[in-house]
Amino acid sequence: MPNKDLNVQFTNRGRSGKIDKLNIWGYIFLLPFTLVFIVFQLIPLVNTIYNSFFENYMAGLKQVGPNFVGLANFGELFKSGDLVKYFGNTMIMWILGFIPQIVLSLLLSSWFTNPSLRLRFQRFFKTVIYLPNLIMASAFAMLFFTMFDITGPVNGLFVKLGIFKEPFSFFTSIGATRGLVAFMNCLMWFGNTTILLMAGMLGIPVDIFEAADVDGATPTQVFWKITLPLLRPILVYVMVTSLIGGLQMFDVPQILTNGKGDPMRTSMTLIMYLNKHLYSKNYGLAGALSVLLLIITAILSFIVFKVTGEEELNKKAR
Amino acid sequence: MAGNTNSSSADAEFKSASGTLKARRAVCYVVLVIISILCLFWFYMLFINATRSNDELGQGFTLLPSSHLGENLKNIFNNGTIPIVSGMANSVIIAALTALLSTYFSTMTAYSIQVYNYKGKKAIFTFILAIMMIPTQVSALGFVNLVKGMNLEDNFIPLIVPSIAAPITFFYLKQYMAANLPLSLIEAARIDGEHEIGIFNKIALPLMIPAIAVQAIFTFVSSWNNYFTPALILHDSSKKTLPILIAQLRNADFLKFDMGQVYAMIAFSIFPVIVVYLFLSKYIVGGVTAGGVKE
Amino acid sequence: MKNVKKTLAMIASIAMAGSVFAACGGGNGGSSAGTTAATTTAAEAAAETEAAAETEAAAEPAGDEGKVLNIQVWNEEFKSRVTDHYPGYEEVDATHGKIGDVDVVWTITPSTDNAYQNNLDSILPGNADAAADSKVDIFLVEADYALKYVDADVNVAMKLSDLGITDADLGDQYQYTKDVVTDANGDLRGASWQACSAGLIYNREIAKAVLGSDDPADVQAAVADWATYNETAAKVADAGYYMTAGYADTFRVYSNNVSAPWVQDGKVVIDPNIKAWVDATKAQVDAGQTSASADLWGDEWAKGFYSGQGTKDVFCYFGPAWFFNFSMHSDDAASIAANGGWGFTVGPQGHFWGGTWICAANGTDNPTLVKDIILTMTTNKDVLKEIATADSDCVNSKSVLADLASSEDGNIALLGGQNPYAVLAEGAEKVDMSNLSIYDQGCNEEFQAAMKNYFSGAGSYEDALAQFNSAIVEKYPELTTD
Repeated sequence: MPNKDLNVQFTNRGRSGKIDKLNIWGYIFLLPFTLVFIVFQLIPLVNTIYNSFFENYMAGLKQVGPNFVGLANFGELFKSGDLVKYFGNTMIMWILGFIPQIVLSLLLSSWFTNPSLRLRFQRFFKTVIYLPNLIMASAFAMLFFTMFDITGPVNGLFVKLGIFKEPFSFFTSIGATRGLVAFMNCLMWFGNTTILLMAGMLGIPVDIFEAADVDGATPTQVFWKITLPLLRPILVYVMVTSLIGGLQMFDVPQILTNGKGDPMRTSMTLIMYLNKHLYSKNYGLAGALSVLLLIITAILSFIVFKVTGEEELNKKAR
Repeated sequence: MAGNTNSSSADAEFKSASGTLKARRAVCYVVLVIISILCLFWFYMLFINATRSNDELGQGFTLLPSSHLGENLKNIFNNGTIPIVSGMANSVIIAALTALLSTYFSTMTAYSIQVYNYKGKKAIFTFILAIMMIPTQVSALGFVNLVKGMNLEDNFIPLIVPSIAAPITFFYLKQYMAANLPLSLIEAARIDGEHEIGIFNKIALPLMIPAIAVQAIFTFVSSWNNYFTPALILHDSSKKTLPILIAQLRNADFLKFDMGQVYAMIAFSIFPVIVVYLFLSKYIVGGVTAGGVKE
Repeated sequence: MKNVKKTLAMIASIAMAGSVFAACGGGNGGSSAGTTAATTTAAEAAAETEAAAETEAAAEPAGDEGKVLNIQVWNEEFKSRVTDHYPGYEEVDATHGKIGDVDVVWTITPSTDNAYQNNLDSILPGNADAAADSKVDIFLVEADYALKYVDADVNVAMKLSDLGITDADLGDQYQYTKDVVTDANGDLRGASWQACSAGLIYNREIAKAVLGSDDPADVQAAVADWATYNETAAKVADAGYYMTAGYADTFRVYSNNVSAPWVQDGKVVIDPNIKAWVDATKAQVDAGQTSASADLWGDEWAKGFYSGQGTKDVFCYFGPAWFFNFSMHSDDAASIAANGGWGFTVGPQGHFWGGTWICAANGTDNPTLVKDIILTMTTNKDVLKEIATADSDCVNSKSVLADLASSEDGNIALLGGQNPYAVLAEGAEKVDMSNLSIYDQGCNEEFQAAMKNYFSGAGSYEDALAQFNSAIVEKYPELTTD
């Protein structure tokens, strides 16, 4: 029932014959979002893109630029090759955290939604698993920093138990630092994911499982052939939001490595890199980096949509 | 409306003998307890550290609380450079209004897409999905320029109002609405002569409460813990929010550096979020499951 | 320029009308000498001002100074010094005070993430045009970036001579404290109450165990230059101790003794002495004489202030006078400091660490008061003596330090009663600041951070250097590197 006439004035209420005219309210209800989006997101975005073509920074107290430099800022970003490295770091740390996160969440949500298991204290467990998400990421990172310090309690314990011969310096080891970042992200977000997956699992009609049971499907088959495919829309949502979160990874590695991304910048994420340019007021390079980030996000999201569930999303748009 | 069904994938796994069921249940409990400890441990640590003095914290780690909680809290409240009372008030105002505006208007946006048919709707939906992917930090630079240009530095507006356009919140609510808002109800209300705005406020909104509660918590928590944007906008110490004050406390110079205070302040500022969460958690653990994001 | 003239004219008119400050800052006994001197010099400065300024001065009513004194700081140090020692300062609350009928407003912005400098950068250039009550009157700077703000072209800090402060007023101060805030034309634009010459603070017990003596002279002989220092480090390590707590401890000793600034003609240059620090520290880390993971101020690093808490006990730290009381946990009965277990000596090379400089913001509408604060806090001997004894600051006065060196007042409990002031005073004379650049803070910070990777084995020297180079270009886009 597309309404082609945008100028229809809303005069009558009621009967379905007026539905076409009522559709003008669709635009009205869309107005707050649109206005706010244009003012607070689109204009800043355009401004950022515009800035990316200029040399514009502060040298001490002296302003340099703005001078139009075309694509020179982009060239500079690519020349160093750092960009690829930080993108790699970001993705590695995201994947390291996301895989255990999704596995754990699938496991827990299937337990919670399994009627024959009849787990008790569910409310308690469900409440608790979400709690780590409430701690400020920076405070959480601070705790980890203290705990895993070479003189910290974790080292103390492991040495005492004989797991380590001597204290291990976590933050000068690439694997350990990345692992800790991934572990923290996993811990902070698996509760959220579990709750979302639970909702998806409860949405699968019972009769499908019953039919599978009748046909003699094994539990593993049921999981792979029925549950997962039917969970696809929600998995897409989880994947996409988590990927966005992953690309935006900042607080945890920033605090954990004191903004340095050490060892050898192997835990420096894209946003930490952006932050460095923002803080040195290098508007040109920060702008260019932002544009590249935008492109990277667009490509990744496109791939995720394509691979995992284009049709579901289109279907949702009705 | 699948929320009230009670079955799932893995259940077939456990339909075998009751003996193995017991064993499986035991495994579940063990895993859940371990995970719960892993989740709660950090809160415990924060609390313990908040009760310790700077010197004690410097000496290493312990599982037993010390006696300096009162002293640490007193120090924070008497630390004139950390206006903790106004910080708390600012955080509450910003987080609460953000959660309120964001969920209300996202529901409205979702309602527009879900209920009405108009030209360009599909394109708009796709567009919102696309902008969902844009990291906030990407436009931070332009955002700060804009805020300066509008003379809104040291003002809460640029921290609250932008949340009206929250694509992720919108997406979730839209999905929930698809499953839980029967269009027939809206039809019926129209027949009864209800105004469109009235239908949205009186009929659609109440039905959406579980999903709104979930998104309200998500939004509240992320606004409460947000450091990046407020740190760019707020400079006046009476306007600063708790995360900025914590960073300030943590970055105090070595002469005044007091980790005891830092931990006490973190514990103090997490407290309200936990209260809000526990208050709304029935929606998180129960509400989401009443339909949630499903097809 | 116009505003400078206006300010000058104001000073002139005030000076002619007599000392306004004396009238409003009652009970100011301690600073009266300074105020009198100020009046004379202000008059002299006025005489030198151009005729144009003189005519403008006539239009300015005498004593028309601001009612609000805004002070920009990054911590509470200066505030507590003023509160405790500036005559006539009344504290209202933690960020407000009163001097006479002038309201004092403290704005505290932490240094981290460059926030303090960013804040200064955004307000100082437009300060002259700001509303009267929000004009910044005083801001503080650290040595590492002082040159950025005392730059003659940037002109955000007033010349002290424009305030009416003469070289004679500052005659008792150490030369290096003046060099830090001298612009390219040789004009002084700030002053400090601290002389932060530093030395080697050693653990007396370990000294006895390894060197057979804890006498400062004997220990000095064992660390007299880098060669003997390294020999001693090997002995200390053999006995099961760390020479220093972490890789960065000796950095300032090396970096204060470079032969050229970090940045020359817009290019970052690694000085041979900086490279020497890298080589020496790498050798020490590899030989187990220091830790590659202990950052300054970190948990691991601070464990050395106690016995038997860290991986290994620590033989020495490098630090100035302020280091003693505030960093070494002397209030904690379990610490080495509380038991007087430290000793103090010069160490292999003289150096300094820290210090805070007071600058008058260009555009200030309280020049008389600002002048008096600078003179009182940095030249008044009674005040400085008080600061030294009450706060253990090593003050910027040759005569006060000489007094302390020869009196019981200078004995410090955590050093086992040793009097370090003679050593500190001698060190302050020798500090050479001629190689300062405005990029020192970033360069020092990033270089240590990058080299940590080399020390810990995460990368080669070349890798670490490359990381340093990219960090510098990120921080200072105008610079180039090799």
